[in-house]
Amino acid sequence: MDIGYDDDLERFRAHVGSVIRDILPDDLRDKVRREHAGLTPSDMRRWTRILHDRGGWSVPGWPAEHGGPGWSYERQYVFERELALNEAPPLNVFSAGMVGPALIEFGARDQKRRFLPGLANGDILLCQGYSEPNAGSDLASLQCRADRDGDDYVVNGVKMWTSDAPHADWMFGLFRTDSSGKKQHGITLLLIDMASPGLTMAPIRTFEGGDELNQTYFDDVRVPAANRIGEEHKGWGIGKYILGMERFGSAEVGRSMGMMRRLKRIAAAEPAAGGRLIDDPHFALELARAEIALREVELTERRMLFGPGGPDAMGFEASLLKVRGTEVQQKIMGLMVEALGSCGAIDAGDMRPGGDNAEPLGPDAAAHAGRVFYNLRKSTIWGGSTEVQKNIIAKAVLGL
Amino acid sequence: MDFTLSEEQALFRDSVERTVADLFPFARRQAAVATEEGYREDDWRRLAGLGCMAAPFPEACGGLGGGPEELMLIAERFGRHLANLPFLASVVLGGHAVLFGGTEAQREAILPGVADGSVKLALAHGERRARFDLAPVSTVARAEDGGYVVSGRKDVVLYGRAADRLVVSARLPDGRDGGGGTGLLLVPGDAEGVGRSSYATHDGGRACNVLLDDVRVGTDALLGAGGDALDVLERVIDHGIAFLCADAAGSMWRVYETTLEYLKTRSQFGRTLGSFQALQHRMVDVYTSCELARSMVFEATLNLGADAATRSRAASAAKAAIGEAARGVCEEGVQLHGGVGMTMDVPVGHHLKRAMVMNATFGDARHHLARYARLGRAA
Repeated sequence: MDIGYDDDLERFRAHVGSVIRDILPDDLRDKVRREHAGLTPSDMRRWTRILHDRGGWSVPGWPAEHGGPGWSYERQYVFERELALNEAPPLNVFSAGMVGPALIEFGARDQKRRFLPGLANGDILLCQGYSEPNAGSDLASLQCRADRDGDDYVVNGVKMWTSDAPHADWMFGLFRTDSSGKKQHGITLLLIDMASPGLTMAPIRTFEGGDELNQTYFDDVRVPAANRIGEEHKGWGIGKYILGMERFGSAEVGRSMGMMRRLKRIAAAEPAAGGRLIDDPHFALELARAEIALREVELTERRMLFGPGGPDAMGFEASLLKVRGTEVQQKIMGLMVEALGSCGAIDAGDMRPGGDNAEPLGPDAAAHAGRVFYNLRKSTIWGGSTEVQKNIIAKAVLGL
Repeated sequence: MDFTLSEEQALFRDSVERTVADLFPFARRQAAVATEEGYREDDWRRLAGLGCMAAPFPEACGGLGGGPEELMLIAERFGRHLANLPFLASVVLGGHAVLFGGTEAQREAILPGVADGSVKLALAHGERRARFDLAPVSTVARAEDGGYVVSGRKDVVLYGRAADRLVVSARLPDGRDGGGGTGLLLVPGDAEGVGRSSYATHDGGRACNVLLDDVRVGTDALLGAGGDALDVLERVIDHGIAFLCADAAGSMWRVYETTLEYLKTRSQFGRTLGSFQALQHRMVDVYTSCELARSMVFEATLNLGADAATRSRAASAAKAAIGEAARGVCEEGVQLHGGVGMTMDVPVGHHLKRAMVMNATFGDARHHLARYARLGRAA
């Protein structure tokens, strides 16, 4: 048995790591160091393009015929970990990890030709149209309607919590095409052009001051039936497939490992009791606890990805990674705010547009730590809240 | 990354499981705990016949050439069935002290007996004043008449009275101030001047306090070439920690399974307990703890061959995490069993006792969090 990388994988790690350091623009690295504060959709577009031009690295799991390097699961894992540890932005998960693979698996040939190249090179940015005002955790009760009219669907209703909707080119969403049967039946997966007439949106301000979330309104929006993925009424299965692709990534272990390194840097720089905060025994204990908790999730993820049968053999056991991974990430972010001491109270964003701490009010991290801390409260809520994940594990794994 | 047992390892695990399950049904286990030494010599011999004691040692020492992974497989089965035996004491602690600290001649003289189960060792190291730290040893070995005279007191020596020979840590003499570092000395259990007062631990195991009152041994009693044995001790105890972690993980999984079964069968208010969401979520937390513990067993076990800092940091991470998790899971197990969980004849409470003893042995979570932090700063 071996919990680490073998020689071949270690050589691969060293190679991709050094390439990432070469191609990563300084401004993007700095934003990642600010815990992603200020990282915009156009930054993600640019980063996707840079990775893409390196040999399809923006879509590491895609086969060569669709422009990816066709890396094994192990190499994809190592590559994504190296992105995080070298303080690079992550992959565009909607494109590379969710909709792309679904199109490759279920899409028509024409759809693959139309969408895959743009998803791979960053020309197409996606947003997700799943949640609605009355369909959150209970997603299958969604009501936003798509009625067939000749070669089109006519969409009416509201989608909620649409991240980065004003920057997106297309939405992939689940829509109600039949409400006569079980609620999981009669759902259809559509790709909708965000420039379609009748589609409008309004930002939802989050309490830390962010505006990435939106409400999206559909008023007789016409969507060609050619933009349907899979069969009519049978989108629930594909929608779940797409979410299932993300059951590993949503633990964000790599990002948390990067955060832990930055937390240690901060704790080594912060003064405390005549010395450094990192040497304060009480803080050191909390730090050790968080670091070990992160290691537990990291190793469990490895075990589940690379145990007998590989990731395909893993079922809803993997949901515990999301539950624990997000808890640990929130804990680390909380320690980062606490590490700043009284400067942890500074809301630099309110005083200086952009929150860039241009004239330092305190330690560099004070310019973003608080806001990111509040922003990350979302991670235990979205993508299936912790409570919903526990319901799923109780039923599917424990048999309760 | 390889998380799959080899074919031989899987077969070995299965045969250990069958035998341990056969030897330690709960009622029979309780009867064994009530005997004078807390275990049956027959059971010990059966596991020796299976190769359990020989598994981790090199073939040149009468072993089967395995290592930490085989110890992990054995420990998980022991924890699962609450097996009490002097295995950790003799094979893991005593045996590995000789393996890592002894000369080649000492290894080949002593280990074959340990490996076939005919000789039992115990590690007499801990002293109350040192709490969980390994370094301060107040037991002294004076040079006298071409040998050593050992004096001092050792506390909570696991299965010390069952041992044929004790591996005793003591400060060694040097020319001037008696500060020649810590050495490990082999002392026959029945040597003149050795007093052993045996008692039970919460989990029905045995330990004793060892009083060494001017105990005379030859120069050949000193393991290795002399000098400081602290590195050896640290390595040996890290092996003990990995073993205890695997034992605790085995115990946790058993608690998870039996508690889940209870929730599925016990009815109140006209429905099974498992249908209540409040209990479902707690049970998912128990399950999660078990999965995380399994990962940390690998962390401790598979780093035992790494450099000292990596090895010790991994051991401390696992000990801290699993120590708290095992206690937490077992406390939940008792709670979710309701009144039944409080009874003597149901195993769940005995699993909690095992977790408490695990935490008290080689350092609790607080100790290991601090050690982990210290090792991280040094790195």
